[in-house]
Amino acid sequence: MNLLPFRFELLWTDALVWVLVAAVIGYAVYARARPHLRAPWSRVSRSASGMAAAVILAAFVLAGLLDSIHYRPALPPQDGKAAYATELRSLLDLTLQPLRDKREKTYSAPLATHLYAKETVLLPDGREVREFPRLRHGGAHLKNPAADWAGDVALRGFRGLAVALLIWFSVALALSAAVAQRSGNGIEQSWGDIWRGRTAIPWRAALCALAALAVFAGPVIALAPLYHVFGTDKVGQDVLYQALKSIRTGMVIGTLATLVMLPFALLLGVMAGYFKGRVDDMIQYLYTTLSSIPGVLLIAASVLMMQVYIENNASLFPSSEIRADVRLIALCVILGVTSWTGLCRLLRGETLKLRELEYIQAAHAFGVSHWRIMMRHVMPNVMHIVMIALVMDFSGLVLAEAVLSYVGVGVDPSMISFGTMINSARLEMAREPMVWWSLAAAFVFMLALVLAANLFADAVRDAFDPRLVRAGAVA
Amino acid sequence: MTGYLIRRLIYGVFVLIGVNVLTFALFFFVNTPDDMARAQLGAKRVTPEAVEKWKQERGYHKPLFLNEKLSGIQRVTDTVFFDKSVRLFAFEFGSSDQGRNIGYDISTRMWPSLAVQLPAFLIGLLVYISFALLMAFFRATALDFWGVVLCVLMMSVSALFYIIGGQFLFGKLWNLVPISGYNGGFDAIKFLALPVLIGVVSGIGGNARWYRTIFLEEISKDYVRTARAKGLSEARVLFRHVLQNAMIPILTGVVVVIPLLFMGALITESFFGIPGLGSYTIDAISQQDFAIVRVMVFLGSVLYVIGLIMTDLSYTLVDPRVRFS
Repeated sequence: MNLLPFRFELLWTDALVWVLVAAVIGYAVYARARPHLRAPWSRVSRSASGMAAAVILAAFVLAGLLDSIHYRPALPPQDGKAAYATELRSLLDLTLQPLRDKREKTYSAPLATHLYAKETVLLPDGREVREFPRLRHGGAHLKNPAADWAGDVALRGFRGLAVALLIWFSVALALSAAVAQRSGNGIEQSWGDIWRGRTAIPWRAALCALAALAVFAGPVIALAPLYHVFGTDKVGQDVLYQALKSIRTGMVIGTLATLVMLPFALLLGVMAGYFKGRVDDMIQYLYTTLSSIPGVLLIAASVLMMQVYIENNASLFPSSEIRADVRLIALCVILGVTSWTGLCRLLRGETLKLRELEYIQAAHAFGVSHWRIMMRHVMPNVMHIVMIALVMDFSGLVLAEAVLSYVGVGVDPSMISFGTMINSARLEMAREPMVWWSLAAAFVFMLALVLAANLFADAVRDAFDPRLVRAGAVA
Repeated sequence: MTGYLIRRLIYGVFVLIGVNVLTFALFFFVNTPDDMARAQLGAKRVTPEAVEKWKQERGYHKPLFLNEKLSGIQRVTDTVFFDKSVRLFAFEFGSSDQGRNIGYDISTRMWPSLAVQLPAFLIGLLVYISFALLMAFFRATALDFWGVVLCVLMMSVSALFYIIGGQFLFGKLWNLVPISGYNGGFDAIKFLALPVLIGVVSGIGGNARWYRTIFLEEISKDYVRTARAKGLSEARVLFRHVLQNAMIPILTGVVVVIPLLFMGALITESFFGIPGLGSYTIDAISQQDFAIVRVMVFLGSVLYVIGLIMTDLSYTLVDPRVRFS
């Protein structure tokens, strides 16, 4: 009995991603009502580079979240029972259906109408010729590609750009209206204020970032249904599709790796600093030992062992998507174990300082239990370190994923990620003629994601680090 | 001071024991030698005899901790734990799962690694610190601002792109150096130039920014104001006072990596085909050679511990407070 034409499927990473989203929303609601938690975030919102980065990041997060709702499409019922496809799809796949399904035979250049390699084609009259065959989908609507192609691409690209800019303009106008309402000035006045950078929140930077996004996305969206905007790879898959799918992998690793180990780092770090003495010695020994193993080697050793485990227990993982997903979680945990030691050390140092303060001494005198002091009095005061570590680690982890996939200890080879994209594309550089578009697409998307993450992390660090705030570095 | 160093040394040995036990648990408890044999042999050829033979050839057939069949000291020494873990402390690395002598491989392969890493490290240090000093000298000007922008931009690019881009530009487009390969003697220079250059360039972003932060933190201290109040020139303040006092945070991050230079860089060596320890490790990973990976983990931590002790020693050179305490 099932009326829906699909069945939702919750992967492990999906569950963790949505727990994270719920936690972020919960934190936002909690922090909104408390001025001391709201203050650093309003400092973040006053940083121009931070706001611009946040706009770009929001676009990436949207793609990542769409890609984190999975389902199985229904097949025609068999024997009266509902049947579902074995292949998992996500909402992003649904949005990108044309990109996903329009497969070519092999390489084709960005926006091309013909394949990148010559093939022997059988003509209707029985002769054989070597030529570049037409693509099955890319530019298939053109009758005479040689003459129409440039005009068609320019027209469609321009139309997309115009629509995107129109949308952007209305967003900007709506924003001025909102600013006008709040300040009590007219819309015209607010518009001028925004563009002269006179608003408290740097809307100009955010709008510039949004404009950059529109200029890029507009033509791409307009052209993508009819062409392969970033070309196709060796097996004829659209490179733009791969780049968009890579976003989720990168974001999952960037967030979950820190998140998975956060409870341990927090608990052990605070315990070491709070109890000192023998507990401290034990915990220090633990993290010195872990951090003395060079990161890549520890990761490689752990991932190798995980691979062996998965190979020998293949029956535990019913489909390749689930196996890839479990590997991704395991990779996050392993990355977390290696990045955990730094945060633990910082928390220990901060707790050592805090425990000598008078309010903790007072809590002791009142007979508050150790556990309660750590939870109620120490933890809230080290949270800024956790927040800084969370955002600072993100970009490093996204970059690490690419390197690890190259080394062969990254995500499952069947999972689309920036690492697997670069890895399969790097040999194509040596090919004659060269295939450069896979690398270019991975480069552009990765740079945008990591750069935005770095800029946002800097803004967060500047706003949360009490040393910088006191020194007046962020006015 | 000597007492302190001896304590650190003993602590280092304990850390190594911890690493050893950890890797042993990782390699022999998460998966048994039987699992490893099955993974290595591939699904088709797995028979109980083949698994037993595989284990026999590599010495995994012995009991893990205690050999009940033998007597005396051999009860402990003729075990997997003793052979594969305890012997590492004597630098007896044994043979790889493919049957090669790991100790010999390491002793020949560490030199090419060092030949890439040492110049990259030294030139890098010079470049990063000069760049950071430049930004600190012109702090809060346009030069500083765009310098930081450049740093953030450069650190947002994956190391893989630096290598691929460098190989494409210098090797393929301009034909200045061979794309990959290695040769001994003077010939090595043309093979090493590009990996060293890329090693330096790819690190500029993160490192220069980090050193700049250290310098700026030093500059905001009181003794700098005193030095300026004495009428010293800004250049003298920066090079004579700030640089010297910034040595401690710099040494903390720098000295510890010196021994690790022997280990080489994984992806650089594999891209450039340099027969060093980095590419050795990558090959071991792709061939699932557990023995080599285990040895490299141990070797890496030994070098790290040596680096930590060297860091302590280096403080005594730059900080008289440490020397006399």
